[in-house]
Amino acid sequence: MTDFPKISPLGDRAILIEFEAEINENVLEKVLASKEILQNSKFKQKVEIINTYNSLLISYVFTIEDFYGEFLRLKELISRANISKKSNYKIFHLPVCYDEDFGLDLKTVSEKKNLSVEEIIRLHTSPIYQIYFIGFLPGFLYLGGLDEKLKISRRKTPRKSVEKGSVGIGENQTGIYPKNSPGGWQILGKTPVELFNKNEDNPSPFSAGDKIKFSSISKEEYYEIKEKVQNGTYKLKYDQYES
Amino acid sequence: MKAEIEVLQPGLYSSIQDLGRMGFQKYGVPHSGVMDRYAMRVCNLILGNAEETSVLEITMQGPQLKFNSPASICISGADLSPQLNGKAVQNNEVIEISADDILKFGVRKTGFRSYVGIAGGFKTPEIMDSLSWYEGLTEDFRLKKGMKLPFNSQKSNNAETHASLKIDETYLENNEIEVYPGPEFDRLMTTQRNNLFNAEFKTDENSNRMAVQLSEKLSNELDPIITGPVMPGTVQLTPSGKIIILMRDCQTTGGYPRILQLSEKGIQVLAQKLPGEKIKFVKKEYPEY
Repeated sequence: MTDFPKISPLGDRAILIEFEAEINENVLEKVLASKEILQNSKFKQKVEIINTYNSLLISYVFTIEDFYGEFLRLKELISRANISKKSNYKIFHLPVCYDEDFGLDLKTVSEKKNLSVEEIIRLHTSPIYQIYFIGFLPGFLYLGGLDEKLKISRRKTPRKSVEKGSVGIGENQTGIYPKNSPGGWQILGKTPVELFNKNEDNPSPFSAGDKIKFSSISKEEYYEIKEKVQNGTYKLKYDQYES
Repeated sequence: MKAEIEVLQPGLYSSIQDLGRMGFQKYGVPHSGVMDRYAMRVCNLILGNAEETSVLEITMQGPQLKFNSPASICISGADLSPQLNGKAVQNNEVIEISADDILKFGVRKTGFRSYVGIAGGFKTPEIMDSLSWYEGLTEDFRLKKGMKLPFNSQKSNNAETHASLKIDETYLENNEIEVYPGPEFDRLMTTQRNNLFNAEFKTDENSNRMAVQLSEKLSNELDPIITGPVMPGTVQLTPSGKIIILMRDCQTTGGYPRILQLSEKGIQVLAQKLPGEKIKFVKKEYPEY
């Protein structure tokens, strides 16, 4: 039996903290509560902390001198992490145009899953998706909460280039391509919103722990928002939740 | 006049790098930074620069560079037979440059990546707290013909002390890569572990700043993991048995089992290996904790 969280070194300048190997919001809560307490603590050198579904990685700039002492300190801190205290989060409303000009695989998904296009859109826009973390590509969100009915295999032949902003599904995941890139997901639509802007202080508006809801927009609205995004006058809507 | 270097010939692959980006991995931004931190450090110490000062990282085939102003430079890492105005110059020494001087490189003698440091550092744009070039993030990601690289024109202020600096270049010819067990190491079978440490591996042509791939495969029956954190030096094992060693420009997360983790020294040694060269993993144990 392993006791969680498990703390172990990763090479000579990083420490990995692993919680139960599960993808769910309870584990994420523990991960984020521990992350917060660690981020607010004093490290002897500059560190960077990232989280995934069930892990935290603390990378140090230079070799860690005293693993033993650092482990004791981290363990003690994590034991004090207040998991019952829900931290603040935002629910973002992300506009997506599910027009067939953008939703290149709507027809395929409709045929394979025996669902009308309207039903696909309803199923995709109903859930509030959890943002577990950002990884893979700059601005790429790992989202949880896709409806079982939309579970579908990836395309047999991945596309050489999927356009930036495309919203897709594959297996039990849904996601948004933050830039033009090759990809094998079934594409349902496209958002005019930028998921990653390298010139901003916060290059992505989203953080691990926030949530997202997709809202269906027309093609006209898509181009209106797109123009505002390009002018820098678009503000992504969100609700702030505190407890 | 702005002090700058004109790129007459770009060479194979050169880019401006420093220690990389910190604090942006939470947005999925790769770390980047010099592949061989030791060579960068040597360059900067010899020049009297701060250790994290940006340098030009050169891969195997050097560029041809023309300086429009005086400068003090230092070259470290791989020996690519550097020449100033056609005359051979040495690695790990301050080289005084006059206006209109041309620096070029010749035959590769040792190593794979060479570093050119300049007293005062480069003055290329900073993005997300770093000068490190990365495709899609910085305007440029590799040297191109005709490009101008601005720098802070200043004299080296360490000329008399660098003689005492002890430089160990044996790593350039070393093929032993120091590794620690990775998070999924324990899931490997004994035969797989033995293979990892007894066999020699060849680095694949398909290697770059993102990852070094190995030609030989390792039989693999491990299940994929829930996508988790990775970092430079993480060794992944793919379902087909391919061994991938992540390097400085790697992604921040991955779903393949992480079987080993290179030490910083291991990354430094691997950064100097040519595609097709043989390497051997040498196991290091973690200190007691």
